[in-house]
Amino acid sequence: MLEIRGLHAGINGQEILRGIDLVVPQGEVHAIMGPNGSGKSTLSYILAGREGYEVSAGEILFDGRDVLVMTPEERAVAGLFLAFQYPVELPGVGNANFLRTALNALRRARGETELDAVQFLKRARAALKALMMPDDMLKRNVNVGFSGGEKKRNEVLQMAILRPRFAILDETDSGLDIDALKIVAEGVNALRGPDFSALVITHYQRLLDHIVPDRVHVLAAGRIVRSGGPELARALEESGYAGIAAEAA
Amino acid sequence: MSAALAERGEDFLAEFARRCASLPGALATREAAARRFAAAGLPTRRLEAWRYTDLRALAAVSFAPAAAGADAAALISALPDFAAPRLVLVNGKIAPASSSFPEGDGVGSFARTPDFALRCVPLAALNTMLAEDGAVIRVADGVDAATLALAHLSLAEAGQPIAVHPRHLIRLGAGARLTLIEYATGQGCYWHNMVAEIALGAGAQLTHIRLQTEATAAFHVATIFADIGAAARYDCFTLGLGARLARTEIHARLDGAGGIAHLNAAQLLRGAQHGDITTIVAHDAPGGASRQTVKSVLADRARGVFQGRIEVARAAQKTDGYQMSQALLLSPEAEIDCKPELEIFADDVKCSHGATIGALDPDQLFYLRARGIPEKLARTMLVRAFLDEAIEGIAHAGARAVLDRAIARWWEAEG
Repeated sequence: MLEIRGLHAGINGQEILRGIDLVVPQGEVHAIMGPNGSGKSTLSYILAGREGYEVSAGEILFDGRDVLVMTPEERAVAGLFLAFQYPVELPGVGNANFLRTALNALRRARGETELDAVQFLKRARAALKALMMPDDMLKRNVNVGFSGGEKKRNEVLQMAILRPRFAILDETDSGLDIDALKIVAEGVNALRGPDFSALVITHYQRLLDHIVPDRVHVLAAGRIVRSGGPELARALEESGYAGIAAEAA
Repeated sequence: MSAALAERGEDFLAEFARRCASLPGALATREAAARRFAAAGLPTRRLEAWRYTDLRALAAVSFAPAAAGADAAALISALPDFAAPRLVLVNGKIAPASSSFPEGDGVGSFARTPDFALRCVPLAALNTMLAEDGAVIRVADGVDAATLALAHLSLAEAGQPIAVHPRHLIRLGAGARLTLIEYATGQGCYWHNMVAEIALGAGAQLTHIRLQTEATAAFHVATIFADIGAAARYDCFTLGLGARLARTEIHARLDGAGGIAHLNAAQLLRGAQHGDITTIVAHDAPGGASRQTVKSVLADRARGVFQGRIEVARAAQKTDGYQMSQALLLSPEAEIDCKPELEIFADDVKCSHGATIGALDPDQLFYLRARGIPEKLARTMLVRAFLDEAIEGIAHAGARAVLDRAIARWWEAEG
């Protein structure tokens, strides 16, 4: 479903990704772990289409389509979703309006009928309930005045409502206490199935106790240096990134 | 540089000479105004108050007085539903057949009961000289007059630009209340040069919501004089969307203790539109408060101006003045000029001003697009969010809905 081949990319003339090869088949959840500065967030932004990054070589295919020529909104329509590491505040934009506009933009682009306010609220309330979030979350301005944990939960709420086919979770666990972490993990697990794939980017193994990945990849200095099953995450927890990176070198 | 301005000024004086005998009201006031206008002429940029707004484009047009009998049926039927009695003016004159006067004798026309004062501001002097008609609205002491709409429609035939100078008078007695929704639109090339004189008695409250959607070839100048009595409150909000060149100039005078003036505005301009918001707030009595928030959204080569002057007299202790200009520039060629001026003679006052100028935040734009919202819609949402802060403060739901729809239409036209 997602194929990254020989990806070299950077920002401001500095190369950050130095040849990434990664395939996430349909229905699988893969984790990317790695130390700070290894290129995890750069990869997630490039997948979502943020401007400012230069791709010097390689390709990204989603369902066989060239992702790099697509606008961010086209990627979303194709079914990609990035849960931001640092969700952006939108003063003056209500959460409900934002979510409904996004959902209907996706539906319109896919040739589906739009949801009216009642249908939307029904879907939104169900998602809120599943994530144990209060209804007033919808009334607030997007991420404005939210705590770090609330912002992350709001990302998962968006994912639950927009129902992407492929989610990239960029350090969604950071800033969450253990209870919130479990709720977020359940939100992701609820979407798991043959039509849902995910790339879970994290610094810590903790999240992977709750979202058990099919594969784990270790990113260091812009390359994937190790890949393995869920046990790799536990090994990392014990030996640290330095050990793995040294072993790979 | 100002030869065209001088020549155009002469044209208006000649018009006055031709028509003065048939104009309503005290000829002496008009003649005094004509002398003022003859001395000052159309303002040039050498005048500090007109430094950022150049009237040479206006002076290049040869305006005639409006001929009677313009067919404004299409414009009238397109008027929004104000859910209130409305006064409709066509080319500066009240159109009784299209107007619904509220009960009582509080609302009338300037043509029948002319009541005006000499004003020294050059374009107000021009208006004083040539005004034919306008709304006269009087609300007696203690009366809540609810809501009234005042729509001004201008209609110029192709090839014959017109200039109209309506004169409005709004007087609220002690403790009286009124919400006035003012709406200006039109067709063709014209100059709508209006003056409103407002006087609020002690404790009176006037909410004045103004929507300017003039034709794209039009010029719009509104000069408003508001005298605000003790503990009275003037809440004014102007939304400027139309006209090739527009200027809203408000002179608010807080001459009773504890008066309040809120002079807020928003403008949404594109192409080569020029929008000028100029306010002069005179705190003459103690304990007054004035607030101004002006938001400008400028696309293409549009140019916005905000000049805010606050004058605090020696007697006006405990004055609380605040002004803020926020501009969103949607193109590298858009431009805003902000000029705050504070002149304070009292020693126990709180006065502050600020200005922000920026572009749309690329992170916010990316966040919306990453959720599947197309770029154009994402931009619209962010601009709406920027403007909504100004519009949210409008308590009158009907007026807010009219403004919302006007902004939505502006964006549809943008597409």
